[in-house]
Amino acid sequence: MDVLNVITLLGNFLIVPGLTYGSQLALGALGVTLVYGVLRFSNFAHGETMAFGAMITILVTWLLQASEISIQPLPTALLAMPVGIAVTVLFTLGMDRLVYRYHRERKASPVIFLIVSIGVMFFMGGLIRFIIGPGDQIFFDGTRFILKAREFKETTGLNEGLSLKMTQAVTIVTAIVIVALLFWFLNHTRTGKSMRAYSDNENLALLSGINPNKVVLITWVLVAALATVAGTLYGLDKSFKPFVYMQLLLPIFASAIVGGVGNPLGAIAGGYIIAFSELILTFAYKRVVLYLAPEGTEIDSLVQFLGTDYKIAVSFIILVIVLIIRPTGLFRGKTL
Amino acid sequence: MSFLLGQQMTGGYGAADILHDCTIGVERGEIAVIVGPNGAGKSTAMKAVFGMMPLRHGQVLFDGEDVSGLRPEERVKKGMGFVPQTHNVFTSMSVEENLEMGAFIRDDNIQDSIAQVYDLFPILKQKRRQPAGELSGGQRQQVAVGRALMTHPKVLMLDEPTAGVSPIVMDELFDRIIEIARLDVAILMVEQNAKQALEIADTGYVLVQGHNKFTDSGEALLANPEVRRAFLGGV
Repeated sequence: MDVLNVITLLGNFLIVPGLTYGSQLALGALGVTLVYGVLRFSNFAHGETMAFGAMITILVTWLLQASEISIQPLPTALLAMPVGIAVTVLFTLGMDRLVYRYHRERKASPVIFLIVSIGVMFFMGGLIRFIIGPGDQIFFDGTRFILKAREFKETTGLNEGLSLKMTQAVTIVTAIVIVALLFWFLNHTRTGKSMRAYSDNENLALLSGINPNKVVLITWVLVAALATVAGTLYGLDKSFKPFVYMQLLLPIFASAIVGGVGNPLGAIAGGYIIAFSELILTFAYKRVVLYLAPEGTEIDSLVQFLGTDYKIAVSFIILVIVLIIRPTGLFRGKTL
Repeated sequence: MSFLLGQQMTGGYGAADILHDCTIGVERGEIAVIVGPNGAGKSTAMKAVFGMMPLRHGQVLFDGEDVSGLRPEERVKKGMGFVPQTHNVFTSMSVEENLEMGAFIRDDNIQDSIAQVYDLFPILKQKRRQPAGELSGGQRQQVAVGRALMTHPKVLMLDEPTAGVSPIVMDELFDRIIEIARLDVAILMVEQNAKQALEIADTGYVLVQGHNKFTDSGEALLANPEVRRAFLGGV
């Protein structure tokens, strides 16, 4: 019984949130990895692209809510997401046209691109705060829980409850669908293969008649779509606040690099590794210990490896360790 | 006039010219080989013919048409194929995907062409699902040649196809190249293994410091005592 309680406890506070957060990071890291693999620079504006996509989705969600259109029990934001993706794609392509293309034509070094993307990041951050403000925005509606902790306790008779929020289920399912679509696209379509070829060997791709402008265009479309989905899912699950997306940049980059930057499979693995590390190291194991320890044991502390305040440090430390021990990442990155 | 002709080419990458009034040509169904000492401009001449290096003087004629102003990928569409010396396969992609990318400019069915390449290089059929980066040097060269053949080029240009492969594999590759030439393809290649290459060549060009030093049939060059002494390691 105690063991079952422990499993439920861990399931509720570690596994389900870890899968959710990991899916969000994986989607974010996929975007970073695509830009790196094809355009060959680290896109620091990716966090803001996520925020931008989420913002458009929120605005459309409000519009839909005001006209009382909904897809109960699912959140309305899912309905608004295609519009968010479309607008973000246009915005990203505009940014490429106005900013990145100039440097691409001059064959600027990756460092220049990186600095330029930081500029884009600040610009987008400002724009987002102008449009929607710096505060918290709540746009979640629909059914809150698929599985309630209290109901779970009543049916199973356990002390601990397992709950599954709608946003968590939506996040995990959407991430699986999006990743499956992306891999199908990259591995089984002509355009997807040409993207991989371009990422693998640019000169040979040009010799084979692959149009670099088209590859760049498709990449930005995919990146904008991934960013919007990741940003919206994160906003649904936690809450939308522009500042948080900038902070997300560190775990997202850590995910991409841990998995091997430029490698989509690595980005996904990295996302879950970072998410679970953060949760495992900052989880308070007090109740787990109490269940497993002999009856009557008393513990004063929370039995935590790290305080939750240090959550962000976890991805930073993992990043440093990976860069020292295996700089190419788990899956040996560099190409799609 | 030759089917493919780089006429009186002069040019280089920077201020100094590498090629000086250099002429190279090849007929359909024949093999032309460019040999010469290191730094003679062999690869440069090849790149100039393919449009990867700007020319100050001279022109490139392909099937009677002046293609000097075309970019390399446009020359591919005209019917020229090029196999670079290094980085000539997509290492992370499977053999079959490499061939598919070679045919990227084609909109028709490419299965027949893939089958032809597999007929020419049977080992590739076995390895079709394997990433090209995991293959041996000789197999990789086969993938590289196969990739270039996917557009059914009328001219196939090979930059040192046997660099870094064992003598047995080299003979094997040369045999395949002769087979390709028999399909009425013009073959222009740069070779370090001058003696073996001239043995299969219809025409040989010996370049020295960007000049045409000797131009003759492969047989005649091999028989020429001066060429033997200076470029083929004596006797």
